[in-house]
This record gives sequence, structure tokens and C-alpha cells, in this order.
Amino acid sequence: MSPTRTGGARETILARVSEALRLPAPPPHLKSHALEPAPTGGLPVLPLEAARPWLPDGGDSADESRRILGENLGRLRAEFHRLADTAAAAEFVARLARDRGWRRVALHGDPLVTAAAGGLACDTYRVDAGSFDKHALEACDAGVTTCEALVAQTGSVLVSSATCGGRALSVLPHVHVVVATADRVVPTLGEALDAARVRHAGRLPSMLSLITGPSRTGDIERILVLGAHGPRELLVLLVG
Amino acid sequence: MTPPPDAVAHAVTEAADPRLAKKKFLHDAAERVRDSGHRAFVRKALGGYYATRDAQKARYRDYEQARDAASLAKWSAVNRLDELLPLFAANFAKNGGQVHWARDADEAREIILGLLRAARAKAVIKSKCMTSEEIHLNQAMEADGYGVVESDLGEFIQQLRGEPPYHFVFPCMHVRRDEISDLFQKHLGSAATSEPEELTMIARRHMRRLYVEADVGITGANFLVAETGQISITENEGNARLTAGLPRVHIAIAGIEKVIERLDDLAVLLPMLATAGTGQPLTCYNTLYAGPRREGECDGPEEMHVVLLDNRRSAILADPEQRDSLHCIRCGACLNVCPIFKNVGGFTYGTTYQGPIGSVITPHLRGLADWNHLSGASSLCGACTDACPVRIDIHHHLLHNRRNAARTAPGFLERLGHRLFVFAASRPWLFAAGGWAFRRSLGLLKVLRPPLLKDWLATRDLPPAPPRSFRSQWGRR
Repeated sequence: MSPTRTGGARETILARVSEALRLPAPPPHLKSHALEPAPTGGLPVLPLEAARPWLPDGGDSADESRRILGENLGRLRAEFHRLADTAAAAEFVARLARDRGWRRVALHGDPLVTAAAGGLACDTYRVDAGSFDKHALEACDAGVTTCEALVAQTGSVLVSSATCGGRALSVLPHVHVVVATADRVVPTLGEALDAARVRHAGRLPSMLSLITGPSRTGDIERILVLGAHGPRELLVLLVG
Repeated sequence: MTPPPDAVAHAVTEAADPRLAKKKFLHDAAERVRDSGHRAFVRKALGGYYATRDAQKARYRDYEQARDAASLAKWSAVNRLDELLPLFAANFAKNGGQVHWARDADEAREIILGLLRAARAKAVIKSKCMTSEEIHLNQAMEADGYGVVESDLGEFIQQLRGEPPYHFVFPCMHVRRDEISDLFQKHLGSAATSEPEELTMIARRHMRRLYVEADVGITGANFLVAETGQISITENEGNARLTAGLPRVHIAIAGIEKVIERLDDLAVLLPMLATAGTGQPLTCYNTLYAGPRREGECDGPEEMHVVLLDNRRSAILADPEQRDSLHCIRCGACLNVCPIFKNVGGFTYGTTYQGPIGSVITPHLRGLADWNHLSGASSLCGACTDACPVRIDIHHHLLHNRRNAARTAPGFLERLGHRLFVFAASRPWLFAAGGWAFRRSLGLLKVLRPPLLKDWLATRDLPPAPPRSFRSQWGRR
């Protein structure tokens, strides 16, 4: 593979594309009038604001969004718990670890995660940029992370590699516990993506992942099984 | 019966000579439609899909208008590919990723094998990627001595069986659990079980070590976001997350039509993909990757590559009438509702992309002359068009392909037949005489079954001949 060959490929493909687009294609047959394409010349731009009211509901108030989030997480077979403060979260996580007999729990350096893991009697493994060890992480029973946003509309947890302990912590251990403050709940997917974009303006994390329920597969006779490769259990703890 | 797992993958479904594709299709289809066990099994597997899909559609405040939004997002991106494709490449490079361009399958394989050599790869793990099936990547990697493991459960099962995917979203939906149990006993040394959950856990345990040991991870991409230089990967199992998270090098392969303009477009496209594909509100993991690990992040690959594949997609782009077939987000909804797919099954097509959308695009990707028979593999009921979340006019495109085939390379018999008809129809005495002869000989055709009518007569009866012609009946009134 010589550089000139790939250089040539880029030019060839872009030339083919430009040539192909010389004839305009008719716009799609739309049911809606709100999205009528521009009558002449320029292509219409999709107003996402117009699409939002058609997608599933994410709630008009904070209370309603939290209620919808809880319902959606339930349908996804994830657990959703509302806890009064970080002390209650710490107690919850400690009891969970005791009941399940966890020997080692993976964490990352975030004040909320540190507080929630404060009561753990078992070993902990803290991932950090200096000394990441995938074998050590693989041996953990559970991972505790925070999140960028909780999406009511879909029951999703948005995590990022910059703020939630990198890429593997939220997917490699068998159980994923998410600790979040109530202000992380957003009504819709669009708002969650906006929030991440604003927070990381100019420098997006190398990974942004929407987690919607525990890992699952239907590959064997289309029968639902949880815990295909990622966590078998997902617990969302909403603090405050 | 489990086929021999060591059989070369495509021997099972692909005719060795593309000119035999039609023959193979007719033969396999005839065999499959008589297999009522296969049909019942596939219908049962899809039964749950219809129910969950409808329940999820009902949660949209207006599903039809959401389809408009998804359709328009793809339409405006595909029609500005000349502008958005370089924009994606530039922004992805800004994020620290490396972009590679491949005109065809050969070039794509060459690029990927080059990357594996440069990385001194010992173990490669892959997550489900139909583009890699399209370019027959696994065979090329194995020929070069690289061990590669498919991590998606369905793809893993198909890899052990030595078969390509049966359905591009549900790769092993045709395989019974006892066959999977036998397969795992043979290859993984596990105990026999009839529980899908236990079978899944056997694969889970087997795969975890491989994720940690692999030095290169290969994935596909569902969307390429031009404005941010991110790629978006949709999956349910978490295998793509692990494939892109743990190895030292991440390579993603994507067709050039996967580019969308804005991150916001995903707020519509991701829910639509999940609802149409599997009836979920959102697929379990939807992940955006913007280059390799950043300074300060604790894990992630040192290198990230995207291979942008043309492989005749630009030829579809050049056809304004069928350009919208590039809007496809590969949800598989058109397969799940297609009466042909449900009767002939996924392997009969002999294509990477099965079902109605595969029948539309394969003649473009691999030649109309050899693949036009797929245009006839349709009842033209339009169920595919109704199911498409991005409003591709699928069943009309099958008609367009038939028309184009007739224009470019009409069959000799078809041409002769039309000539004869024109000759006779423009001479009333000849038309009347021909009609008279035909009415007299219709009964004879039933008995003689000439080779030309054999296929037609195999499933249909000829109507009884009317005693008098239409013209004479009309004249009497």
C-alpha cells in the first residue's frame, strides 16, 4: 500500500461522488408538511426541534422526566433507585457488595463515585490514566461509575471516556452501578447529546456511549438473554 | 444436521460462478419453500419481533412524522456527500484518527492487511460488520495467517458453522438451540444444554479472555458524523464496546454512504434504527468514537483507523432514481416483513445483503446481468417500503431494476416474443388467425408441457380456452 495509491483512491472516490451528484435526486415522499423541502436550490436542513415532538415522550417537567426514566429503566430490566444523599448511596452500595459477596469492585476518581464507594468493605480497583491494567479490571465483580446524562425518553445512561473512567470500566465488569445526581436527568436524547457537546466544547471525549439497559442478545432463537458480553445487571442510583 | 464447520464459508451460499447465481437461486428457493420446518421456525423467531416493534412504535408521539425526519436526515446527507465526506475525513483526522480510502474490495483488504502487519497483530477480535462480509475480509485475513474471532454471539456461531450470516441483523436466526449446543460441545468443550441463557454464558466466558488478549479490534460503523468527526456504532451485546476499547489498535470499516451531517441527526436516527430493527427504544449500546485514547483518559487504543469503502456505491449514487437506496441504515426491517424472505430464507439470495434491500442494491454492486433475477424475487406487495424507517421506495426500485435490465440486455426470447406480437397485432387477419390457433391448442399445451412453459406450469394451471375470441363476442353485442 503506497501513499500514492491511497492518495489516488481518495481523489478517485471524491471525483466519482461529485460526478454522480450532478443530477439531483427528488426529495423523499414525506407525510408531513412541517418538513417540506426547500422549494428551489439549496437542500433543506432538518429542524431537529420539529422532530422532537414526534419521538417518544421525555416529560415536560423534572418530576415527569424522572418518572418516565424510572419506567423505561424498569422495562429494560435495569434497576432504578432514588436515594436521599451520598451517605444513603454509600450504604446502598456497601449492602449490595455484602449481599452479592463481591470481592473486588472497580471505580474511577470522581467525587460522587468515591463517596458512593466509601462504605465498601471489599477490595477496590481504581482505574486511572497512569496505570491501567485490563487484567485487573477483568477480575472485578462490579464497576461503579458516574454518568454524563440520564435520558428519560429512552432510559439511557450516557457515559464518556473522559468523565466516567475510560472505555472498559462501564462494560467489562459483570455488574454496572451508575451513581448520578438528579440534575443529570434530561428529557430527550437530543438534549443529552447537546449537554455532552457543551460540556466538552471543542474537545469531545474519544468515546461517548449511550447505555440502554443491561447487555443483551436474542441471537439464539430470538430469545432474550441478559449479559451477552457486557454487564448482566445495570443499577442506576439517583442521588438527591 | 450441522454442516461440517470447517467448510469454507461461502461455499455454502455463493455460486462459484456469478453466472450461475440465478440458477442457484431458483434451485435453492424451490427447495426451501417446500421445507415447512424451516418456514415455521423462521416465522416463530420473527413472531416476537412484530409484537415488540409495534409496542415500541406506539410509544412515538407520531411515528410517521419521525420517519419523515429520519428520511430527510439521510436524504440531505447522501445528496451532499461530495461536501460531507471530506468534512468527515478532515474532522476525524483532527481527532487523531487515520482515514483510508478504498475504491473496491481488493483495496480495502489490502489496506487492512497492511495495518495488521504494521501493528504486528497476533490476535484479532471483530465485532459484527456487514461491510467486512461484503469484502470477504475474514478469508483474506486467514489466508494471511491471522487468527480472527467474531465476537457477536450470532456471528461467532456462524463462524464456527462455517457459514456467512443468514440475516444481516439476526445472523443465526435459522439455527436451533440443540445445534448450537452441539457446536459448542465440539469446539469449546462445553456440556450439552438446551437453555439459551446457558449457551450465551458459555460464549461469554470463552470470549472474555480473547478481548483482553487481542491486539487489534475490527468493527463496522453505522454512522459517520461529519461535523464532529465521530463514528457511531450500534450493538446490543457490548462486544463492539470491548472490541473498540481493549485492543491497542481499532480499525473501523464503513461504506461512504454512512456519513450524516450532524450529531443531532442521531437523536432521530438511533431511535428509528432500534425500533425498526428490533423493537427496542434504543439499542443497548450506541457508541460514538472520536479517534484513539486522549491524553488523560485511562484506556482505549493507541491508534484508530477508518477505512472508507466505495465498492460501487458511487454507481448507485449516480442513479438519481435509486439514490435513496443509499439511505439504508441496515435495520433489517424489510427482511422481517418480506413474504419472499420468510419463504426462501436468507441463504437462497447468495448475497451479502439479503431480502428486499439486498435485491435492490446487489445488481448495482455486483452487476445487473447476473443479479437481475433478484428483481423478480418480490410479490411487489410493498411491505418492505411500508416497513422502511427512512422511507426507501424499495419495491418500486425492484421494478426499476427489471425495466433497466430489459433496456440494457433484454433476453433473446423476450425480444423475439415482443417482435412477433407487434408483427401480429398490427395485422388484424393474422391476429385473428393466431387467436383461433391458440384457443384450439391451449388444451394441447397442458398435455405436452413444452420446456418453455414447464416452470410456469409447475405451480399454475392454464385457464380453460374460451369458445370465441373477444372480438367476435364484442361484435355480437
